[in-house]
Amino acid sequence: MQAFNTQVNYQNPSIEGYYGEFGGAYIPEMLFKNVETLKVEYLKIMEDPTFIAEVDALLKDYVGRPTPLFFAERLSKEIGANIYLKREDLCHTGAHKINNTIGQIVLAKRLGKTKIIAETGAGQHGVATATVCALKGMECVVYMGEKDIERQAPNVARMKMLGAKVVPAKSGSKTLKDATNEAIRAWINEPNETHYIIGSVVGPHPYPDMVARFQSVISKEMRLQLKEKLGNELPTHVVACVGGGSNAAGAFYHFLNEPTVALVAVEAAGHGVFSGLSAATTQLGTHGILHGSKSIVMQTSDGQVVEPHSISAGLDYPGIGPLHAFLYESKRGTFLSATDEEALASAFHISQIEGIIPALETAHAFSVLPKLGLKPTDVVVVCLSGRGDKDLATYMEHL
Amino acid sequence: MSRLENLFKAQSKRVLNVYCTAGYPNLNSTLQIMESLQENGANIIELGMPYSDPLADGEVIQVSSLHALSNGMTLQVLFEQLSEMRKTIHIPVILMGYMNPILQYGFEAFCMRAKEVGVDGLILPDLPLYEFENIYGKTIKDNGLDFIFLVTPETPEERLRKLDSLSSGFLYAVSSSATTGKDKDFSQVAIYLERLQQMNLKNPILVGFGIKDKQSFDAVNEFTNGAIIGSAYINALSKGEDVGVITKQFLNEVLGN
Repeated sequence: MQAFNTQVNYQNPSIEGYYGEFGGAYIPEMLFKNVETLKVEYLKIMEDPTFIAEVDALLKDYVGRPTPLFFAERLSKEIGANIYLKREDLCHTGAHKINNTIGQIVLAKRLGKTKIIAETGAGQHGVATATVCALKGMECVVYMGEKDIERQAPNVARMKMLGAKVVPAKSGSKTLKDATNEAIRAWINEPNETHYIIGSVVGPHPYPDMVARFQSVISKEMRLQLKEKLGNELPTHVVACVGGGSNAAGAFYHFLNEPTVALVAVEAAGHGVFSGLSAATTQLGTHGILHGSKSIVMQTSDGQVVEPHSISAGLDYPGIGPLHAFLYESKRGTFLSATDEEALASAFHISQIEGIIPALETAHAFSVLPKLGLKPTDVVVVCLSGRGDKDLATYMEHL
Repeated sequence: MSRLENLFKAQSKRVLNVYCTAGYPNLNSTLQIMESLQENGANIIELGMPYSDPLADGEVIQVSSLHALSNGMTLQVLFEQLSEMRKTIHIPVILMGYMNPILQYGFEAFCMRAKEVGVDGLILPDLPLYEFENIYGKTIKDNGLDFIFLVTPETPEERLRKLDSLSSGFLYAVSSSATTGKDKDFSQVAIYLERLQQMNLKNPILVGFGIKDKQSFDAVNEFTNGAIIGSAYINALSKGEDVGVITKQFLNEVLGN
């Protein structure tokens, strides 16, 4: 048995969706037609100038792009390097998730679909999906783990207010993994009129590539903004948190083939990588198949997927996108982790020295800055993927 | 000649394949259920290898899978349970499951062990055509196992013929694009099955998804070689009485004995 795409091209997976040996479309035949249609159409649609114009206009006027690249002066002084924050927290709905849902809703319309389904963990992707469905007049059903519905009540309320139906996923561990299973099953059961908007760079090909492309606007803007501010498009480091990995994919995308730029991905270590309560997939996982693609998966020796733990619901996922698995294995990416405690400390620290309350997910990315051995000449961009309003309940417990 | 080939040579109609989840309802009920299925008229036994995330399956099979896992079922345990099965089980036995646990076991080791205990074929719904042709198919065939692809009403003809040509044993016709355990509108199913019948495929056809009783079993037999029953049998088993009694009652009803 041989791996069959050893050619290194981080931006373009093979025709069958492989980054190295990771990716592919491990789906039952019942999903073949839908996934095949998407596979045949997505690049054609995404490269159509009228599509690009429509999406760009929405990103500008509805989402509020370009998001600022902010020089964090106090943080820079403290770390001893030049730290810039890419302000995805200023996007409409409060996180980068909407970059993808805007692209996919316009794409779904072009595919002639009338109904949207989505999965959500913390509810950020669910809210971003419900938002664009309201905008475009599409029916919206969001699958969410029963446990997550209980612990993320404000986002459930937002989705409902936006007109979406929230369906509890009651199988398995009743969290994001199971919500994704339920969404895929729902798609199997009503394939013709429905488009499934996956929220991260996971799932069967072409989702990982499609979502990475929709999120790549983050690094496209970073390059332009760095050029404008510093006269050089290339930073020395890009740092982002990784659950499934959509904000990291977007922040890394236009630097993937720039070997001088260090790409730093930060996973959630929960109570500690080896504590048994962690979501540090690359550290704990082995090669496997989850949600339709081959990647690195947290699982038992018998191949049963295990339930991860992180204080941040957005990083609480037992897999990682196939692009990231490839970045990890090829050593193009540096994979670090931060514990719940470190992330909480960073969230408070960043709030108090920069006046920005970050999402718990994003806080993980800040935690590794002191560990990078940065020099005063280094230029570091941290993807500030979301704002912390949704995490206030957790933060309030620690005030 | 394989057991499946022999079966369809001897019986071209009303072939009944019954699915049960290995390790359900009890860890050690697997062999007892198999013997009972054989004794009461099942022609093929399809053993589900439980998985934490069974994407193609509906609620009934999901629940039985989680139950089996919490009973302690693993591939290792399953193969131990099956190691002596050919002393009593003479009908074809197929393993159905998902790729991830098999990759952890080792794909080649899995195929070798399956062959060794007397398994006849595999149904792996999330093993795609491309990966079958380029990586895994050869290992399956080298170990003398049949591989059964699924086809649906949405599968284009050219692809359907290809899946048929790569399958052996039989072809698994999903009655509609849906997960297991859903009720179906039968008139649509009939149109589809008639179309399949007219395609003169290489393999016999068994219909699955939505077959639950004598009426639905009889109906699909008009166009195909038989059917696969899964969720309805698991439902019956979940009632918790003696598995031998339940199996006898269930099969008597379906087969009209």
